[in-house]
Amino acid sequence: MKLEARQLDFGYGARRVGHDVSLSVKAGEVLCLLGPNGSGKTTLFKTLLGLLPAQGGEVRIDEVDLKARARDEVARLVSYVPQAHAAFFPFTVEEVVLMGRTAHLGLFSSPSRRDREAAHAAIARMQIEHLTESVYTRISGGERQLTLIARALAQEARVAVMDEPTANLDFGNQVRVLQHIQALARSGIGVLLSTHDPDHAFICADRVAMLHDGRLVRLGDPAATVTADSLREIYGVEVTVVRVPVGEGVERRVCIPGGALSRGGR
Amino acid sequence: MTSARVPAAVLGACAVLAALIVVAFAVGRFPVSAGDLASILWARLTGGEHGLDPTIETVVVQIRGPRVAAALLIGAALAAAGAAYQNMFRNPLVSPDILGVSAGAAVGAVLGIFLSLNVIMIQSLAFAFGLGAVGLVYVTANAVRGHDPLLVLVLAGVVVGSLLGACVALMKYLADPYNQLPAITFWLLGSLASASPEDVWSTLPLMLLGLVPMWLLRWRINLLALDDEEARALGVETGRIRLAVIAAATLMTSASVAISGVIGWIGLVIPHFARLLVGPDFARLLPTSILLGAGFLLGVDTLARTVARIEIPLGVLTAFVGTPLFLWQLATARRSWQ
Repeated sequence: MKLEARQLDFGYGARRVGHDVSLSVKAGEVLCLLGPNGSGKTTLFKTLLGLLPAQGGEVRIDEVDLKARARDEVARLVSYVPQAHAAFFPFTVEEVVLMGRTAHLGLFSSPSRRDREAAHAAIARMQIEHLTESVYTRISGGERQLTLIARALAQEARVAVMDEPTANLDFGNQVRVLQHIQALARSGIGVLLSTHDPDHAFICADRVAMLHDGRLVRLGDPAATVTADSLREIYGVEVTVVRVPVGEGVERRVCIPGGALSRGGR
Repeated sequence: MTSARVPAAVLGACAVLAALIVVAFAVGRFPVSAGDLASILWARLTGGEHGLDPTIETVVVQIRGPRVAAALLIGAALAAAGAAYQNMFRNPLVSPDILGVSAGAAVGAVLGIFLSLNVIMIQSLAFAFGLGAVGLVYVTANAVRGHDPLLVLVLAGVVVGSLLGACVALMKYLADPYNQLPAITFWLLGSLASASPEDVWSTLPLMLLGLVPMWLLRWRINLLALDDEEARALGVETGRIRLAVIAAATLMTSASVAISGVIGWIGLVIPHFARLLVGPDFARLLPTSILLGAGFLLGVDTLARTVARIEIPLGVLTAFVGTPLFLWQLATARRSWQ
């Protein structure tokens, strides 16, 4: 199972946002997309999901053009986790997760007992069983994000596209979401996520892609890709990347804002 | 909302509805007791004799029966259409009235009366104009970007509604003041007084034609309440389903308006109460809205023909009952859906 962009141009209507982006994510792999505000991350994701038409190049799922697949077929292969948002009606967490089953239902069907079981399994995997009967509009942002990931799990797609799943979350919830993403990858699901924090790439990514002004400027493994040079190039700030021991013989890289900021400091 | 409470609430609503039907037959100039009603219905079902005064049978079959059936049918249709519109426009404050559907259907129906057409043609015109009105409101609201979408939708509804109101005024001005004008005026106020068995039989298939797709698509209608892109990422062809459900809800509203005139508030208030009772899942919301809507309009119609010596127009009575309910709803809105 592979989701792939080939020389993809994307944008809204007449406005071109991104050019010539080629990347792919395979089942079981975490690809982290970094890029400043306005670099086109969300537009790229929407084009990869077929929610916006490609303006050039193509999106392929398992070597078949996205345009050749029906809407529900795409949804069975690739799921989407939008940023945690406000909902319009007081659906319960269980009902929201059940909506992930829609692509597996006939046009006129409602979720069966088996769909309910799949939803409950997804809720259990995200460890939010205590929220099952809670009303989605009344839970916290972190709980909503976990609910939306559970909904993507219930969708049973092999690749999940997550738009800034850690945005607006407190520190604990960010770590929790990243751990869940790692666990998903271990269970064979491919994850394509965007984030504003390069440290998240070091925590959970197998590969990193960097988007700047709608162009893919770097793509590769995190240690070689997320460097002081590349971060200066896309964010325009000085950063020091250091290695920190995080356990017996294990090191992890961490980005520390440096240069101009710290020059006057201790 | 626990699922155990659902049957209790629905059973309660069914019991109230049955009681309202018995009361509706019982009150009026010719009271019909529950026993008389049962024996007449049984006699008609089995083709046997009931041994009662034939006047009572005429009252039941020709006068009160059609009126009760029309009230149930129209209340159910307006509430079901309101529930569907609210999900579709992701907003608990929209209704056939606010979206201009009722006003559009009214223009179509008044045009039909003005041209002295038959019931089927009046219903067709009401549907065409109702669909045109909701389409115009929707297109306008979509074209104006960068504002609060709810505000734009409501304002578009108000603007289109007042344009349609002007069309009705023009036709009233041009209508024959002795025959057509009184007919148009009384009809616009909303009334079931002239509901005939033919009205009921010609409307029933239209209601079912609207209701069946709504019930079949009940799970997908839930997903229309999500952000459009989110729903598509979950595998729903939102464009086609939205179109089908809007057509179904508009058909039900227009068919109602064509026989009863404009009866406001039901499509707004009833689905909201239903949502408070059973939650937003359309599979429960639709039947509950239907039950409550049918009961509400039957109750209001029974009041309309019994509280005063003259009959009170239905549109007037539902506005008197609906306005305080709506204001109360507005005041408590945050608690119930945010």
